[in-house]
Amino acid sequence: MAKYSVVGKRIPRIDALSKVTGTAIYSGDVTLPDMLYGKVCRSPHAHAIIRRLDVTKARSLEGVMAVITASDVPGYKNRSPLLLVEMPHLAQEKVVYAAQPVAVVAATSIEIAEKAVGLIEVEYEELPPVLDVLESMKPETPPIYPDLYTNFIARPPTDKDSKPSNIAYHISVNRGDLEAGFREADLIIENTFRTQPIHHGYLEPFAAVAKADVNGKVTIWTQTQGVFTARQMIAEFLGLPPTQVKLVPVEIGGAFGGKSYLPLAPLCALLAMKTGRPVRMEMSRDEVLRDGRPAPGSVTTIKIGVTKKGYITAASATFIYDAGGFPEMSHTMFVRGNTFSQYKIPNIKIEAFDVLTNTVPVTYYRAPSTPQSHFAIESQMDLISRALGMDPLQFRIQNSTAEGDTTPSGEILPKVGFKETLERMAEYLRQKGSLQGENRGRGVACGFWHGAAGSFGAYVNVNIDGTVTLVIGVTDVSGSRTSIAQIVAEEFGIPMEAVSIVVGDTDTAPWSSPSVGSQTIYSLSHAVYRACQDAKDQLRRLASPRLGVPASEIEFANGQAIFKGDTQKSIPLAALGRSSLGFRGEGPIVGRGSIAGLPPAPSVAVHAVDVEVDKETGKVKVLSYAVAQDVGLAINPMSIEGQIQGAVTQGIGWALMEGYVFDRGKVQNTTFLDYRMPTATDVPMIDTMLVEVGSTTGIYGLRHVGEPPMVGTLAAVANAIHSATGVRLKTLPMTPEAILKGIKKQGKS
Amino acid sequence: MTSTRSIGKFEYKKPGSLRTTLRILSNKGADARILAGGTDLIPQIKQGQISPSLVLDVKNVPELNRLDWNEDRGLRIGAAVPLSKLLTFVAISERYSILAQACSVIGSMQIRNRGTIGGNICNAAPSADSAPALLCLGARAIVASKNGNRKINLDDFFMAPGKTSIGADELLVEIEVPTPPAHSAGCYMRHTTREEMDIAVAGVASFLTIAPRSKKLKEVRIALGAVAPTPLRVHGAEALLIGKSVTERIIEEVAEEAAEEAKPISDIRASAEYRRELVKVLTRRTLWKSCEMLGIEIQR
Amino acid sequence: MKLKINGREYEIVSGPGTTLLDVLRYELRLTGTKEGCGTGSCGSCTVLVDGKAINSCLVIVGEVEGKEITTIEGLSRQGKLHPLQQAFINEGAVQCGFCTPGILLTAKAFLDSNSHPTESQIRQAIAGNLCRCTGYDKIVRAIMSVADS
Repeated sequence: MAKYSVVGKRIPRIDALSKVTGTAIYSGDVTLPDMLYGKVCRSPHAHAIIRRLDVTKARSLEGVMAVITASDVPGYKNRSPLLLVEMPHLAQEKVVYAAQPVAVVAATSIEIAEKAVGLIEVEYEELPPVLDVLESMKPETPPIYPDLYTNFIARPPTDKDSKPSNIAYHISVNRGDLEAGFREADLIIENTFRTQPIHHGYLEPFAAVAKADVNGKVTIWTQTQGVFTARQMIAEFLGLPPTQVKLVPVEIGGAFGGKSYLPLAPLCALLAMKTGRPVRMEMSRDEVLRDGRPAPGSVTTIKIGVTKKGYITAASATFIYDAGGFPEMSHTMFVRGNTFSQYKIPNIKIEAFDVLTNTVPVTYYRAPSTPQSHFAIESQMDLISRALGMDPLQFRIQNSTAEGDTTPSGEILPKVGFKETLERMAEYLRQKGSLQGENRGRGVACGFWHGAAGSFGAYVNVNIDGTVTLVIGVTDVSGSRTSIAQIVAEEFGIPMEAVSIVVGDTDTAPWSSPSVGSQTIYSLSHAVYRACQDAKDQLRRLASPRLGVPASEIEFANGQAIFKGDTQKSIPLAALGRSSLGFRGEGPIVGRGSIAGLPPAPSVAVHAVDVEVDKETGKVKVLSYAVAQDVGLAINPMSIEGQIQGAVTQGIGWALMEGYVFDRGKVQNTTFLDYRMPTATDVPMIDTMLVEVGSTTGIYGLRHVGEPPMVGTLAAVANAIHSATGVRLKTLPMTPEAILKGIKKQGKS
Repeated sequence: MTSTRSIGKFEYKKPGSLRTTLRILSNKGADARILAGGTDLIPQIKQGQISPSLVLDVKNVPELNRLDWNEDRGLRIGAAVPLSKLLTFVAISERYSILAQACSVIGSMQIRNRGTIGGNICNAAPSADSAPALLCLGARAIVASKNGNRKINLDDFFMAPGKTSIGADELLVEIEVPTPPAHSAGCYMRHTTREEMDIAVAGVASFLTIAPRSKKLKEVRIALGAVAPTPLRVHGAEALLIGKSVTERIIEEVAEEAAEEAKPISDIRASAEYRRELVKVLTRRTLWKSCEMLGIEIQR
Repeated sequence: MKLKINGREYEIVSGPGTTLLDVLRYELRLTGTKEGCGTGSCGSCTVLVDGKAINSCLVIVGEVEGKEITTIEGLSRQGKLHPLQQAFINEGAVQCGFCTPGILLTAKAFLDSNSHPTESQIRQAIAGNLCRCTGYDKIVRAIMSVADS
């Protein structure tokens, strides 16, 4: 990577200093004068009709400044709340999940706010909750919403025969001749896999601070993956034009997809508008686990047919995702792009459903829908390679898709390093040697993520001291500021210290899509690159007459504009910056760039994990873990390694210990003692191999990075447990108890 | 102007002497809660599980901060001594390794810096990690009230989840642990889903004393945690071993019997069936390990 | 009541039954200390009391009157970063940063008592501090790098 001087380097995060000193500002750290405190009153029932809701007593409590219920929400008057995605759903006629907000209070102290919540009188008539997706899908099950039809949000029903349904979305994909494909197969394996809802587990609970000014404009400080989408959503909730709402970016204490949801900010803003005073709201961990939208549980049935030589002839899959109480966050929409895309399969049938239940509504989490689907697919691939007696990596290499192949969604695959990463892992394992010791096993699995791309803008100012300031509008959830600053430094030929990144608020920054889908650096870098080129063109025009050389012959290095033909002819950027402002100058140097409609650059990650299982207790110890991922080009290898190591650890938690436990729809494990996430003692060092098969669409060959390494973890761990014990677990989490049960059952048979 | 608030509506007192503490308890005992490390008490108040009107911080009471050992009297652990202090006390690591082991797995470093062994047993969680080890060591709780002191054998200490035999006007002052006899050894093992920072799904402590010549077992104690409403000794299982030479077969029988004597429940952490199985496995393992520590060869 | 924090004495108005965490964050606006769970299960609120790492969400201020309290704001002295802070920056041990103050203080207290720990001792020492971003790899390496030097 010698061709770059800043890109490709292990550069510490530019936000690290503020974080190690405790000076970084997160939502909950914001304090305004004369601030009130808001608190949510929540439903104790998973499914109930609200017969009476009386807030009089709460309102009349000394110190209570406002109490809000659904009837106070302007946004609910304009459209169905089902369409207000990722917003708090203040209950109207009924509650559809336990912990659903019913009312919100603002008071002069937290104590008074809590007391007022206790004074809110709600009479519920309990309804039987629908708790199981398979039950919920049955036509005879009463629909949770009388006016919700399948695919209603995508397109309202036109067919008169349509009936309301708990199936929020349904998609199907068909390719080739499935039956013929299975007839060609020498071996067909079919299995059903299950996963539980799990939480992102970000350490920072939700918080929001809002104030309304005398002109009616509302300013909000809250952690969100997208300030502009948040502005749009909150404005709709408040019934205001979007530009009457301002989102101020703050540091985000972990998001992973879970912080596009805005459980507090809209309520907080409405309270600020009603009271004319600033309001702060914070969620407890208990509230976060009960109403902080988890990733969905799933039921997946997969059938794959192969020839004796290990070529896949046909595959079918049915995916059912548990949407919880609201239909808004479809996971089936990701199925098309992410299922079977990494394998050449001539005959395919896919069905996918989002199904409502009376449990906490779900949202997206790091490669939404895909860890669940790959748990099934990659477990199944392992079972097949075992049955065929083939090496699991060779089996995958042999069936890998290549550039130009068509995915099940009908897309033509660009270049992706499927073979390169699989071969890299095969080589790594060859060098590592086979796993020694009793009760130990190695598992491998592959994870594919199609990725997303958004629209982003960027401004670049070249300052009078020769430094460069970049203004963007996307909050940093993955180290994006540092990687983007590296690109700016690279493009201007200046050191990192000469670049400053400003994440502006929604009044000052250019529009940005949210930081989701691993799109941020991939897409934003295009806008930034263009902004840099724009500013550099202006610098060349300024430098050309001074150096007496054509503008096209000027390049940038060491803080100078330099004549390519004779490096003695140069002028510092600082001089150009100053001259642009003079009486005869051209005015400030401002570069601008935008991007939209970029095709995604999918990524693949191959996992290998060694485990040891205690055969008497079922407890799993993860001995070592390695990931080879096609990252396109690593702008900052240290940052990418951290993304991979974090994703794998989340995956290990999902595989072995995490999962919601419900009792009649109510979440039972609402503390970090019973919602167990891995500690430092539960994971080993995680080896990373950054494979750089450049994409054709990303600046420098970049690809999506943050989500792909989560996808393969679940199956890798399941496959390793199988190797160690002979037990195949098809339900997550693979707790010691479940593993021991499997071992005992096996002993009997 | 500040937005802070008390975690509950209570009066906070931090008496500097045992006498004052006991006087307060004799008047207000029923409404008071003792605060030592607070790692159990404070979350319970925060979550509204209890709402005492008086929180009595005993960390300044000298008698509750004692930590000493001598051969004859054994170990005295003041009820307010933090676990981390206990773990660095040489006599404990040298002579009470079973206890050190049990205390070292409680919570995290932060928890052990606050939490006390007194709190661990007074909170009376069935899963209290120190309890099986203390039961094995024949520990006694020294309890004081205005009317004087009494000793409670730990076997008679735990009544129900969250309930002990300490009266409302009484205070746990210290825990006495006799010096383990010569030719004795034992260990504590537990099962948790995570490696650390977890609550025992099941815990077993075994403690053996042998006759040095015959290598037969003179005294046997086996205690279980998290598998009954209280930590408990399994006397039936113990009886199977007393006076015997250790064989693989007898260990199996003892493990089976211990599992029989357990009264586990199913909850969100595990099923009763699995807990029972764990008792068997952990009993077997602690017995093997204890024999190994004693240098006894187990006959196959 | 008076509290001694980072070498400075503060007169506070909150009652003795207020958690140390709330007093730090809301009364004194020392917001570097974070609340992740409120039940002592995540370590984000870790501060040092007389040099020992504790969960400030599980301590009420009456208990720590007269004690030396160190928060993340007091870890660097006279503008010079503590070696652990520098190591966390250099090794990429910081991502979202929410767990960082707590882990730094836990690590400091730990290294003060054990200057040459093994990797597994480090992992045990920070087991009370959850991190969801890094997978702990770079955090453990950062602590090891300070222990080795």
